[in-house]
Amino acid sequence: MNLHEYQSKRIFAKYGIPIPQGEVATTPTEARDIAVRLGGKVVVKSQVLVGGRGKAGGIKVANNGDEAEALADKILGMNIKGLTVKKVLIDEAADIRKEIYLGAVLDRARRRVVLMASSEGGVEIEQVAAETPEKIITMAVHPFLGLRDFQARQLADGIGLPKDQINDFIKIARNLYQVYMDSDASLAEINPLVITGANKLIALDGKIVLDDSALFRHPELAEMRDPDEEDASEHEARRHGLSYIHLDGEIGCMVNGAGLAMATMDIVKFYGGDPANFLDVGGGAQADKVAAALRIILSDSRVKAVLINIFGGITRCDQVAIGVLEAINTLTVKVPFVVRLVGTNEEEGRRILAEANLITATSLADAAQKAVAAAQGASQSKNEGGAA
Amino acid sequence: MSILVNKDTRLVVQGITGREGAFHTQQMIDYGTKVVAGVTPGKGGEWAIGNVPVFDTVQEAVTATGANTSIIYVPARFAPEAIIEAADAGIALIVCITENIPALDMVMVRAYIDTLNTRLIGPNCPGLITPGEAKVGIMSGHIHTPGSVGLVSRSGTLTYEVVYALTARGIGQSTAIGIGGDPIIGTKFLDVLQMFENDPATEQVVMIGEIGGTDEQVAAEYIEKHMTKPVTAFIAGQTAPPGRRMGHAGAIISGGEGTAAEKMAVLTKAGARVARHHDEIAEMVAENVSK
Repeated sequence: MNLHEYQSKRIFAKYGIPIPQGEVATTPTEARDIAVRLGGKVVVKSQVLVGGRGKAGGIKVANNGDEAEALADKILGMNIKGLTVKKVLIDEAADIRKEIYLGAVLDRARRRVVLMASSEGGVEIEQVAAETPEKIITMAVHPFLGLRDFQARQLADGIGLPKDQINDFIKIARNLYQVYMDSDASLAEINPLVITGANKLIALDGKIVLDDSALFRHPELAEMRDPDEEDASEHEARRHGLSYIHLDGEIGCMVNGAGLAMATMDIVKFYGGDPANFLDVGGGAQADKVAAALRIILSDSRVKAVLINIFGGITRCDQVAIGVLEAINTLTVKVPFVVRLVGTNEEEGRRILAEANLITATSLADAAQKAVAAAQGASQSKNEGGAA
Repeated sequence: MSILVNKDTRLVVQGITGREGAFHTQQMIDYGTKVVAGVTPGKGGEWAIGNVPVFDTVQEAVTATGANTSIIYVPARFAPEAIIEAADAGIALIVCITENIPALDMVMVRAYIDTLNTRLIGPNCPGLITPGEAKVGIMSGHIHTPGSVGLVSRSGTLTYEVVYALTARGIGQSTAIGIGGDPIIGTKFLDVLQMFENDPATEQVVMIGEIGGTDEQVAAEYIEKHMTKPVTAFIAGQTAPPGRRMGHAGAIISGGEGTAAEKMAVLTKAGARVARHHDEIAEMVAENVSK
């Protein structure tokens, strides 16, 4: 789950990381009031969960309340990469002397939280990694020890930070690590962390990504979720504990296991079809979850056929079959279903589905080919129907 | 021979009285696995699945029954504690089935168990099976058959698919292991490849990877330098939309984005045969058998 810039920076502030003074506005009038209160130059920043807001025209400087109001009017409602801007953050403008980068992230290979710093702030860290990897300094943190001051100092030295800022930098690094640990983040980054004309360090922009698996122990963070972050079907899927990603094809896929779900998409493509989604019903899915999954798949009107591929382990084929029947009986959408059930309780699952008259398959290659054919058949008969 | 589990495996089931724990304990017993104990705090002294004694702690279970392997079915919020408890009780092999364990909990757990003489498989994995000897996991036993192909995979259900296809061709397996798909896991491809290379009962290996991370690339280096047995590989996620699953910054410091194309290229260069889709895997394995 992604947090907005203003949410991330509020958390930073709570941990003693300096941020610019600022407030969130949802109307141009509010933006004006905030700008007047702050006095002087302000920055009007769109709050949407995508990168490249600046390039898209979603971040602008205003010299006074009038300008802030006019800019907010322009930015609110703006569409940035498919997302509508509903909030703007009005921050006092900083006197920027230099921009650096500081982030915390989980490094799978080292099995540690790693702090990363770079003298190249204000640009995406991916770009720095690709072009000048030597400008990224990393420090792995042992979970029993936490981030040590000497490690933060090494980061500061590594990016050539001037001596007067080192103590402030160490404090910020320690606090950022604490934010990361306390909120169960998978990413916490300050980009840019700026050195001001007055030689102060300040977090101008912030981003926190949370580990969804840990949200159960952070109800106050879970509440910050912006429902606009995901499309309606993805939101619905998450409510049912399903992992779903909407794609552009015509073959709906319901599979158990992320790996098999990906391999199923791969083989559909291999046989000339296009998957409409990635959907992992997860381990041990019960009938109601399976039915919900099918409803979500079929809410996409482009879906011309559904491929159900279940290899039972902790998931039991009979539960899947009950869910499939339930969905078929309650849904008005009629598209061909290709079903493949193998593994735990497969005989019972097949028996339950026998009366439903679905297309069945034994191997995945067979299932994929039948689904591709069914989808083509469905669009063919639709075309013929249109012609008649 | 085989690796990690066999006839001498004496299994303790943590979370034996839960719905999944009870169901799969029965399945494991039916397969012939020696389930010697169960652990559910507060239910010590009871019996589960007919005649399996239940203990309050893993330590008690080990002392009373000589359990040497543990399987964990407890919910995500209690699973880190269960792993640490098993490791602390001297269990040599811990298999954690539980999914959705917070990543930072696993950073801590892994740092602790690395100080002990314990191997963890998983979490978020289907476990492992040595066909005809022991099943320590949630896979369907009947699709497996004893033989000489070793399988290792990040994905549970994909492993079942390949095993199913192999068995249908009359090709048996030495041991099949699902290592789990989480960012922090106990045992990686490299560890399992080393074990298969040293296992006399394994003649060839199937390795099933996924997009994300760099464990397949690390494995490729080992295959190139040290493997004498043929390796057939597959990477799931060739058509997955980029950037939708993982925080990108993690991939950066590990070097590379971990795309399917990148992993397939590295494995091919290392001398593994890489299947284009997963139904090809069994065909390639069969070709090795008939050679």
